[in-house]
Amino acid sequence: MNDDGGVLDRYASLADDEAAFRAACDRPLPSVVRVNTLAADADRVARAFDEEGTGYERVDWHDGLFRMADRSPGTTWPYAHGWVHGQEEVSCLPALALDPEPGTRVWDTCAAPGSKTTQLAALMGDTGTLVGNDTSLGRLSALRHNAERLGVTNLVVDQQDARNYSLNGLGFDEFDATLVDAPCSCEGTIRKNPDAFDTWTLDHVHEVAGIQKGILRRAVQATRPGGTVVYSTCTFAPEENEAVLDHVLGEEDCAIVEWDCPLESVPGVSEWNDEEYDPSVAKATRVYPHHNDTGGFFLAKLRVGGADEGVAT
Amino acid sequence: MSDGEGAPGNDGSQFDRLPATGRERVVEGRATREEVLDWWDERFDVGPETFANHTFWEKGKGKIWVFADELPSPQGREGVGMTVLRTRQEHWKPTTTAVRKWGHLASKNVIDLSPGQATAFAAGHDQDLPEWDGDWGYLIATHELAGEQVPIGVGLYVYDELRSVVPKGYQEELPEL
Repeated sequence: MNDDGGVLDRYASLADDEAAFRAACDRPLPSVVRVNTLAADADRVARAFDEEGTGYERVDWHDGLFRMADRSPGTTWPYAHGWVHGQEEVSCLPALALDPEPGTRVWDTCAAPGSKTTQLAALMGDTGTLVGNDTSLGRLSALRHNAERLGVTNLVVDQQDARNYSLNGLGFDEFDATLVDAPCSCEGTIRKNPDAFDTWTLDHVHEVAGIQKGILRRAVQATRPGGTVVYSTCTFAPEENEAVLDHVLGEEDCAIVEWDCPLESVPGVSEWNDEEYDPSVAKATRVYPHHNDTGGFFLAKLRVGGADEGVAT
Repeated sequence: MSDGEGAPGNDGSQFDRLPATGRERVVEGRATREEVLDWWDERFDVGPETFANHTFWEKGKGKIWVFADELPSPQGREGVGMTVLRTRQEHWKPTTTAVRKWGHLASKNVIDLSPGQATAFAAGHDQDLPEWDGDWGYLIATHELAGEQVPIGVGLYVYDELRSVVPKGYQEELPEL
């Protein structure tokens, strides 16, 4: 068993099947790659894997995802050509929810190391302007490397604190869509990082929640009325998920909208530890490890307010 | 302005958009958009329409970046698009990533490698290839994968030898197909 230090006890009551939840958290994750559609389509990748004898299983809910039989896809020809990129299944959800249009302006607030950023670039057909921002120069160098490796040309890499991000110099003053894949306590990654709970503290949860609120508020401000913001984390903690949404709904002009999650999931929770949140947080999505044999995840799609506020996209 | 590692007038710390033609050039030695398009066309037969919607930028000493959209110049950011070409040297050199992105469009200075040669090339090994009777200089090395010729990277052909200039970070021991 992974030593979760009792952290999972906290969420046992939220999971619909506690035993299955705990058992799933204890199993390692399969290695998964996403097809980079800027370079190849999924059938061509499958043919190349077949030719070189690399084992895989196609994921049924997404045409461009392969579960690898061997845990190191880096030594395959499709990887060497930038046709695939290592990315966990559940981590593909935010870009699918944001669903950016080709030719538009998109901001990825916490972009490094770039699996979701490069997925956004592919969905945009490598057109328009995608700004990939992060605070750490070291992580930005990983982002740049990954974007180059996959042949992304529509990415501007930027280093700012997303909480007070400035668009100065970009030649436009608002984005059409923004992804906030926020720094978090990463509880949902326990299957990938068995020591994720070693440094877990409630103080850290509260500290990171403050940062998340700041980034999500700035994301709503920097996105045009009618535009879309997606908020996601890989944590189970309501303090970092529904509570952050509840805060931003109260401070900024935006609304949570429904979206069609292609994986099995449950709604966001509107009550936690004597706190009550805006009922619309139920439109958010919680994915537990036992639902689809993935990591854990949280996601909400927001529509930025304005003249026709309330119209779901 | 600092001079960007010996390139006069070039501020190596920022991205500057390339001038359209030599008439609009302000910074000495800077490549122009026209020259970049001509170079891809002449060297690899990759036509100017390939980059019709892209802008070109210089950062550092002759490192050219390609970006999919318009942006005001200069840009003080960490990255603008991806690297495409090295200029300010005797022979311009395409980047591995650019060749992997657009190399399938090339019909000139492309060397098709056998399975064994492709594996050696991807691992970064130089190899004797006296049978090549085309130009010397930078070539696009390809191999067959999933029914098509696919560019692996940039080779430098001199004195009957194909040198792999695949950067260390991209070198891999790959299966022989």
